[in-house]
Amino acid sequence: MDEKRQLELKRTANNIRLGIIEGVYNAACGHPGGSLSIADVLAYLYFEEMRINPEQPDMEHRDRFVLSKGHTAPALYATLAERGFFPMEEMRTLRRTDSRLQGHPDMKALPGVDMSTGSLGLGFSAACGMALAGKVKGKDYRVYTVIGDGESEEGQVWEAAMFAAHYKLDNLVCIIDLNGLQIDGPITEVMNPTPHDKKLEAFGWEVISIDGHDFDEIEAAFRRAREVKGKPTAIIAHTVKGKGVSYMENACEWHGQAPKEDLYRVAVSDLSAIGESLR
Amino acid sequence: MADKKATRESYGAALVALADKYDFLVLDADLAAATKTGAFKKKYPERFFDCGIAEGNMMSVAAGIASTGTTVFASSFAMFAAGRAFEQVRNSIGYPHLNVKIGATHAGITVGEDGATHQCNEDIALMRTIPGMTVVCPADATEAYAAVEAALNYVGPVYLRFGRFAVPDLTPELVPDYKFELGRGVTYREGADVAIVAMGYMAHLAIEAAELLSKEGIEAEVINIHTIKPLDSELIARAAEKCGAIVTAEEHNVIGGLGSAVCEAVAERCPVPVLRVGVEDKYGRSGRVPELLEIYGLTAENIAAKARLAVAKKR
Repeated sequence: MDEKRQLELKRTANNIRLGIIEGVYNAACGHPGGSLSIADVLAYLYFEEMRINPEQPDMEHRDRFVLSKGHTAPALYATLAERGFFPMEEMRTLRRTDSRLQGHPDMKALPGVDMSTGSLGLGFSAACGMALAGKVKGKDYRVYTVIGDGESEEGQVWEAAMFAAHYKLDNLVCIIDLNGLQIDGPITEVMNPTPHDKKLEAFGWEVISIDGHDFDEIEAAFRRAREVKGKPTAIIAHTVKGKGVSYMENACEWHGQAPKEDLYRVAVSDLSAIGESLR
Repeated sequence: MADKKATRESYGAALVALADKYDFLVLDADLAAATKTGAFKKKYPERFFDCGIAEGNMMSVAAGIASTGTTVFASSFAMFAAGRAFEQVRNSIGYPHLNVKIGATHAGITVGEDGATHQCNEDIALMRTIPGMTVVCPADATEAYAAVEAALNYVGPVYLRFGRFAVPDLTPELVPDYKFELGRGVTYREGADVAIVAMGYMAHLAIEAAELLSKEGIEAEVINIHTIKPLDSELIARAAEKCGAIVTAEEHNVIGGLGSAVCEAVAERCPVPVLRVGVEDKYGRSGRVPELLEIYGLTAENIAAKARLAVAKKR
């Protein structure tokens, strides 16, 4: 990837992170850690990879995205806002009663959300359904879903993995956000779901492991996924929970709480410094 | 006597018969032979997808399919469709109000020999509490077929409850100009002394009960409620007003099903005594169906007995 595009994507991801912090701070609750970890992958998906149109969010032949780890809705919302689906200011309404930005994504409320998610494991299966329907109807759209590493402890994730391989859904890409932490602690201590690569390979998937914050690796992975035929692709994205905000990085306690004013300022200052460095 | 046929047979037949008229896919969870989607699978293999024994995944897959604009049926036994996969039905299908039709067969005690783990007497209660879910339990083969087509013509989630055991196809005899309408009850018989409100397998027993009562000079109105939600509360309120007492009859737990729904409607609109016939908050067991129906009180005699009590309770 050339330097200019790389820089633009980094700026985009940083704006998404600022949006996440803005939303979660104003809501005084929410899930910043796993939102920040997935921002780079979402930036690449919505600005490079996916066939979408913010003017026509329901476009029939659009690529679909399902945020199966629905609690990281702030990341999806900030990405949609940055991409032009709605103004970034709306992030401040996150989690309010009259907001389109529900605590977990609501496809009925917000154009651009392709599936309501939040209950872990369900979104991955829904993405399989979309991919299957595409195959049956001879449509060329692709389907992308992001699941959490903690989420992969859900049995339904493996039902979906079995289903996608069985029906050879090569129009489906599942990104596993491997940030290593879940609410109760490190995933390997709470209920070890690893190794994802060997498990998914055994289920019949193409598996690509990448640094989920390196745009060269992200791009290479999505390009390779397009070439894989006859089976679905999993991209295991090794990420840092809380990425970009100093005190949130690799800190379990920032899975599901919002910063108060002093720490909000630190977060904005951290991300603004990154933004400055990308000028 | 009318022909006997299980409502699940109608489900399978309707899917095949309506396949050219409507565009839909069918999913099953390794029960195609039992749910009767097997015939569809055979004739339209490119529109049928087995999900294996993974009902939760099947429901969410169905939601994903429906989200792309394609209608889809998801089939399993009631126990696994409504019970095992409740949360997927609620969150993947119900919450986004997606166009998924859940074909749940082997509901209730008439599963028979398989016993308690497979006899789902709780599905109506579960499905009824999901906002926006339409809940249908056809009484016989004619009604089951019509219900499938009605579900196809309705946009939104529908839970269709079918039985394993053959039941007399009474509807064509009782209602010559029969027309199935979602949310509209069917009056099988006129009467003014007591109203028997029945669903599914119990509907034909309600007719038998009314005949028993008639010999004693009690004329019962018999109403078949095929749509438990949205409930035809207008029809039920009118029956309450006319008859002054109601007996409900369902092959389901008396908690949370048709009896509860009727009580809710009557309490709000026209309070009269309501007695409920159904499974009395118990698990099922193995046995031949006629024996089980006796053991659990799902009989015409029991409906008639409750009707006499209801009449006695009238002011």
